[in-house]
Amino acid sequence: MTSWLKSAPFYAYIGIALIFIYLPVAILVLFSFQDGTLPVPPFNGPSLQWYEKMFENERLLDALFNSISVAILSSLVTTLLGFLAAYGMAKRLPRFAGGIRFILMAPLTVSYLIIGIGLLITLNIFGIAKSLIAVGVGHAVINLPLCFAIIYSQFGDHMKNIDAAARDLGASDFQTMVRVIAPIMKPSLFAAFCLSATLSWDEFIIAFLLSRFEVTLPVIIFEMLRAGLTPEVNAAGTVVFAISFTIVALAAIVMMIGVREKK
Amino acid sequence: MSQAKQPRHLNLTRWAIHPALWFTVVFFAVPLAVMLTVSFWQRVYGKLTATWDLANYIKFFGRDYLVESLFNSIEVTLLTTVLSIVLAYPLAYALAYKVAPRFQRIILLLAVMPFWTAYVVRSYSWLLVISENGVINVFLTGLGLIDQPLEMAYSRGATVLGFVHFFTMLITLTIYANLVQIKPSYQKAAADLGASPLQVFIRITLPLSIPGVVVGAFIAFVIAIGDYITPQILGGGTEVLVPQAIMLQVSRAANFPMASVMSVTLMIVVIVVYLISAKHMKMERV
Repeated sequence: MTSWLKSAPFYAYIGIALIFIYLPVAILVLFSFQDGTLPVPPFNGPSLQWYEKMFENERLLDALFNSISVAILSSLVTTLLGFLAAYGMAKRLPRFAGGIRFILMAPLTVSYLIIGIGLLITLNIFGIAKSLIAVGVGHAVINLPLCFAIIYSQFGDHMKNIDAAARDLGASDFQTMVRVIAPIMKPSLFAAFCLSATLSWDEFIIAFLLSRFEVTLPVIIFEMLRAGLTPEVNAAGTVVFAISFTIVALAAIVMMIGVREKK
Repeated sequence: MSQAKQPRHLNLTRWAIHPALWFTVVFFAVPLAVMLTVSFWQRVYGKLTATWDLANYIKFFGRDYLVESLFNSIEVTLLTTVLSIVLAYPLAYALAYKVAPRFQRIILLLAVMPFWTAYVVRSYSWLLVISENGVINVFLTGLGLIDQPLEMAYSRGATVLGFVHFFTMLITLTIYANLVQIKPSYQKAAADLGASPLQVFIRITLPLSIPGVVVGAFIAFVIAIGDYITPQILGGGTEVLVPQAIMLQVSRAANFPMASVMSVTLMIVVIVVYLISAKHMKMERV
């Protein structure tokens, strides 16, 4: 009992911290159901009018579709490239392994803003128009190091044995990779894909700099903010939040199950 | 299985790293090199011209408001990082040592989930809390504690609040990851030798958890100093930080050389901070 009492302040602190962390989110979601024109107190009772309005807003729906496409396509690329690189590094250390890892991880240490400005100026100099493809490439640049790191961290020594066993049984390089290694790595591939997708889904500055007429959801929401506080932004924000929340939770659960199975 | 033996010459293992490597070189390293190059160029009648001198850098450091934006950025970022550590450390500590192991992961997940979610929306949602007619002001006025609404939004404090909210989650994660790796035998040994719980914390736990603190602080620093959204949405127009100055150069003036100079300067600041903190990031035989 006394030890519980001693720990009480710590539990209280965890509670307060969680309130601090979730306060803005809770307010955001609550006032997306506001019956009225301002997303601030008093709360006039639940209403779905702003969700209805949102689903009538075609620019918003286009942006939603663009965001999903960019997130899925760029994450497929980063998961594939990250897996290949992790496999290459884990199987046998190539020459210059340190240098290669440095290059692959380098984008993590540079601000998204600077990566975006670099790409913007480069597009400009080579006379390439801004587009959603450019946005996807930018997102792939920032997410590739994470995918590589997640997948690489799951390549242990046991993978080398499995790899060697597959080869002894006559599998080619390609067969080993696609039919033996990839299935075993499924949880981390899935986690890498999810993480990459949610980061792309949420990313603002690169999408803002590199897109032109076709934009993504965070960019539209940012533009809507100029009109001030409206419950429609809350509704759109709640949708963005709910989707990324779901993806992250999925990834976390799959990762946890994967780790448990290995033990 | 007859075709199994012949495609050896494909040698997948060797080429497996190449796509990622070349992707990073072409779309990351080359654009940064272009940016660095352009920072030495001039705009002549709206066209980029190769001039190869330091004129842009001299201009940047010669204009008070630009230098001021750099100092503002460094101040806000340092303040943010320190406050985030102060808030995150007790949280990570409580999680690692006071919560039953089977609940740790789930509470940790709960505590860091919003970190991965919706950057623009998260900044905006703070406006709902702290704006003139936001939740806090309505609440305090309702209680009769204040007559006039407090002016909290659109200020440096608001920017720092948005940042601290964000980075407390991140730094909690890195400190927690470090704390759970410390062998309990160290703390037990110290306690057996007569150290009080406070001494155990100050002489054993705290020093061993510094790498987790520094890694989290460094990531927070890199993200905060390059972030445009939080100061733009929460800070309003009260002061200009470097990312905002960069965006002004790009969007209003299309002045790529000046935007490049500022970006390069930010990168140099980050590199300096990295060099200072790198030696504290390694976890030594914990």
